[in-house]
Amino acid sequence: MRQILDSLLLVLALALVWQGLYWLAGDLALASPAQTFARAAELLATPSFWRHASETFLALGYALLIAVTAGMGIGLALGMHRLSGEVAEPVLVSLYSLPKITLYPVILLLFGLGISAKIALGVIHGIIPIIIFSMGAVRAIAPVYFKTARVLRLSRGQLVRTVIVPAAIPELVSGLRVGFSLTLLGVLIGEMFASQRGLGYLVMKSIGTLDVPTMMAVIVMLALVAVLISSLLLYLDHRLHRRAL
Amino acid sequence: MSRAGTIRLLFVVLCVGALEAACRGGLISPQFVIPPSVMAAHLWQLLIDGTITADIVETLSNVLMAVILAVSVGFVCGAVLHSLPRLRRAVDPFLATYYAVPFFAFYPLLIVIFGLNALPIVTIGFLFGVVAMIISTINGLDRIPPVLLKTASVLGMGPVRTALMIKLPSAAPHLFTGTKLAIAYSFIGVIAAEFIMSSSGLGYSIAYAFNSFDNRTMYALMLFIILLVTLINAVLYMWEQAIMQRRGS
Repeated sequence: MRQILDSLLLVLALALVWQGLYWLAGDLALASPAQTFARAAELLATPSFWRHASETFLALGYALLIAVTAGMGIGLALGMHRLSGEVAEPVLVSLYSLPKITLYPVILLLFGLGISAKIALGVIHGIIPIIIFSMGAVRAIAPVYFKTARVLRLSRGQLVRTVIVPAAIPELVSGLRVGFSLTLLGVLIGEMFASQRGLGYLVMKSIGTLDVPTMMAVIVMLALVAVLISSLLLYLDHRLHRRAL
Repeated sequence: MSRAGTIRLLFVVLCVGALEAACRGGLISPQFVIPPSVMAAHLWQLLIDGTITADIVETLSNVLMAVILAVSVGFVCGAVLHSLPRLRRAVDPFLATYYAVPFFAFYPLLIVIFGLNALPIVTIGFLFGVVAMIISTINGLDRIPPVLLKTASVLGMGPVRTALMIKLPSAAPHLFTGTKLAIAYSFIGVIAAEFIMSSSGLGYSIAYAFNSFDNRTMYALMLFIILLVTLINAVLYMWEQAIMQRRGS
């Protein structure tokens, strides 16, 4: 309880800093917390805002679906086959630290303007951490499980279904959490410069028209939704890890 | 070289070779992807005639500044948070969800505040890297074996000597991991910021080449960034292995 209170106090302190910055920087650069939330409430009441929001979350949904299924599939396979895992790992780590935004022109050439380019950008951001986490999850499984599976003469499909996936679930959820954040980032980056729809586009447009309150309102709402989903996954993550011990 | 290393090298060579063959054979149109050999040749030419030297220097100095800031501020914040348990518990949920906040959305705001110069770019790089360093520092300080601290107090070491002779060496591998992440994240932040809105730097040059249909320069610069990141990763990896070996673990 005291911990929640402390966290709330911290949020209050951040809001005060924000207000202070507003007094320092002035109307042109920043909107005050009150203005931002008033604008957010206005936006929430307009249908065009919801069109942008649903476009963003649709793209995010597709991107997550692809990144999670493909990422976990590849990661589990690489984790089960030691040599391919060893071959792939440094390549994956290198790809992870590569600024994927530089590949954006290629994606645009491949998919054209529109929702598929955003989804692709979300996927390439999110899939690599999911592969790395899934691979690590399989490697961390106690060898005795595999021995038992061999003694029980489980087939490969049974091994994956009844041993590997249940044993790896806590780590898979950790990977999902990291993957979610990066996929959202990828989708928004895609919207920020080659799109006519979505929340990323809305931010860029309000910058172009110097509409600071709208920009701040959209950013704050995005951040709130992201933190909310991430906290839920974090809670799940902690619970699963504690149960596994 | 290990067996996995050999296979990896073969795999990469095969992939590049297949791309080269597909481009040369007309399977992929040159308007879409150019052959890797042309990318490399053009990159070599760009490097020699110095057209991209200024952009490289600018991007690398931005990354360097962001990394120095992220590592030093991250280390200090991590150490302070570690010593104040109550504040740490309050901050923990924010640290854990930090990377879910899409920072690039803040970038236009930073431009409005700081103006269109290097400062917003370095800030984005810093914001990206700093929390990885904070988390690693806290992890490292958490994992110091209690027996080492007890030994320090038995030997009557003061807080400064304990920090320098016990805490820092013991937390070093985690601090190294934090630095590694901070470098990777600052790199991503700086290049992406330059790509979105800037007037110079590697990210900007790629966006510019893309907008003016200059495929050769665009792919040459992409190749440069890929090679650079791979090189930095390899150096850090070898350094890490050397540290691990010296520690005998």
